[in-house]
Amino acid sequence: MKNMRLYRRRRRGNAVFLTLSVLAAGFGLLWLGLILTSLFYRGFSGLTPATFTEMTPPPGVEGGLLNAIVGSLIMNGLAVLAGTPLGLLAGTYLAEYGRYTRLAFVVRFVNDILLSAPSIVTGLFIYEIIVVKMQSFSAIAGAASLMVIVVPVVVRTTENMLLLVPNGLREAAAALGAPRSAIIRAVTWRAARAGIVTGVLLAIARISGETAPLLFTALNNQFWSTNLYQPMANLPVVIFQFAMSPYEGWHHLAWAGALLITVTVLGLSIIARILESSKRN
Amino acid sequence: MSKVTPTRKRAEAVRRSGYRDVRFRLLTWLASMGVVAIFAGVMAALGIGAWPAIKAFGFPFLYTEIWNPVTDQFGALASIYGTLVTSLIAMVIAVPVGIGIAIFLTEICPRPLRRSIGIAIELLAGIPSIIYGIWGLFVFAPWFQSGLQPWLIDLFSNVPVLQDYLGGAPYGIGIFTAALILSVMVLPFISAVTRDVFETVPTTLKEAAYAMGCTTSEVVWRVTLPFARTGVVGGAMLALGRALGETMAVTFVIGNAHHIQTSLFAPGTTISATIANEFTEAVGPLYLSSLIEMGLILFFITFVVLASAQLMLGALERRAGGLSS
Repeated sequence: MKNMRLYRRRRRGNAVFLTLSVLAAGFGLLWLGLILTSLFYRGFSGLTPATFTEMTPPPGVEGGLLNAIVGSLIMNGLAVLAGTPLGLLAGTYLAEYGRYTRLAFVVRFVNDILLSAPSIVTGLFIYEIIVVKMQSFSAIAGAASLMVIVVPVVVRTTENMLLLVPNGLREAAAALGAPRSAIIRAVTWRAARAGIVTGVLLAIARISGETAPLLFTALNNQFWSTNLYQPMANLPVVIFQFAMSPYEGWHHLAWAGALLITVTVLGLSIIARILESSKRN
Repeated sequence: MSKVTPTRKRAEAVRRSGYRDVRFRLLTWLASMGVVAIFAGVMAALGIGAWPAIKAFGFPFLYTEIWNPVTDQFGALASIYGTLVTSLIAMVIAVPVGIGIAIFLTEICPRPLRRSIGIAIELLAGIPSIIYGIWGLFVFAPWFQSGLQPWLIDLFSNVPVLQDYLGGAPYGIGIFTAALILSVMVLPFISAVTRDVFETVPTTLKEAAYAMGCTTSEVVWRVTLPFARTGVVGGAMLALGRALGETMAVTFVIGNAHHIQTSLFAPGTTISATIANEFTEAVGPLYLSSLIEMGLILFFITFVVLASAQLMLGALERRAGGLSS
């Protein structure tokens, strides 16, 4: 009888435990659902053709987000163009040359810290070294602060992907007499190409929504500007300013911008995931 | 003659490719030094920027609550308190839930659904933090203010200690709201790392426990979790690092108030929220420098947390490597 009671108690404990973990998963999915539904609902109701053709308006006037969209594209583009080669080469060093040396360990450690370091600190860093020197907020500073975020992401994925390339490939190329640098460029990079592209896509996804580092580097610009030495409008900071304002019209635009960013980011991560899984199969 | 030239040519080609080899290697080395330089640059730039404030306020900056731009009196205590408390509450919520999700995904979830639910949870990590912020401000805070919060305040109004912590006026925004949104943000980090570590637990260990007649919960508590402990703690530290430095999700909903109040429903501020809100409007070198010093403090705190996470997860990787070989 005592055994039966113990057995029942254990069964009950197990049932409670399993229910709790199902609830935990439900909790996570519930938030995702809530956030995405209100984002899509409010974002689409704020989205009009004018969003893509007109500039950010002063309060109380209809307008769009064109300058902010273009500004974000310019700065993200510059950041990726500058950050990818640096990240690619550093990742290559870690995977091909450094591997188990103490130096590589230090670089890897520092890179992983940068990968998760608060992005607002990146903004302060670029403010100190570029904005203060140039005595002006500028698109260049914005792009530089985004670049600091791109580099560690590309380093990490590049290294991981190169390490997946079988050593046999490298040895085969070396047996043909190819020098190390030629092996890396013609064999390992090519074999890991899909993975490296995935890393770059993830980096773009990561910086598309970054707001904190842009607040005091690119600042914002209410008008159309493609001058890299001037403050430049960008979606995240526009969303921040418009959402914090008391004006109804600005709120609608903020939601529309939020929807654009989320769709971009989630789209990029899905493409990256597909690339990764097609590579794995 | 005709025999010498090709040989010499070949020798030259080999030498040239040797140079190219060295050049390429140097280039990759320089790039990896670039990563280290960025890190060193961050510390140096923040240190230099913070120097005037460090000189002016010294050590008491860390435990002074006054934040008065008019009289140029600055102390970081309220911001540090807000940063630590929001992250702590976020972890209290996110760690059990994150582990629960990992258990659900590895032990309970039917196989066909496993991948899609896993991806859905990871999407939470993909949503940019500013989206959490704007959603928290416009959707969650109003609902919380009119729905749940008055009920909670009522519920705890006669409970001795809790009435101080969960009392006051229902603002909607505040420390607790920020912490709750943070917890959702870091949830996928914890569940992803935990799930990955759970998958390294050798199946034979679990099968042995099941064969002894253990229930699923007993297997998880006595086999899976003890085996995966280091990894779970590492994942939690990684998430804590994220939570401490998170800016936008918090800035929208914390209320930016520079005093410490007992009630968790009261508005407060965090280091990152203070910097984000005040940096562009900061006039005077000492104000600016104080904000940069707060950035330095934040960088230092997250460095310690992330470094220990790295060491724990690194130790785990070595062990996993040892097992597979």
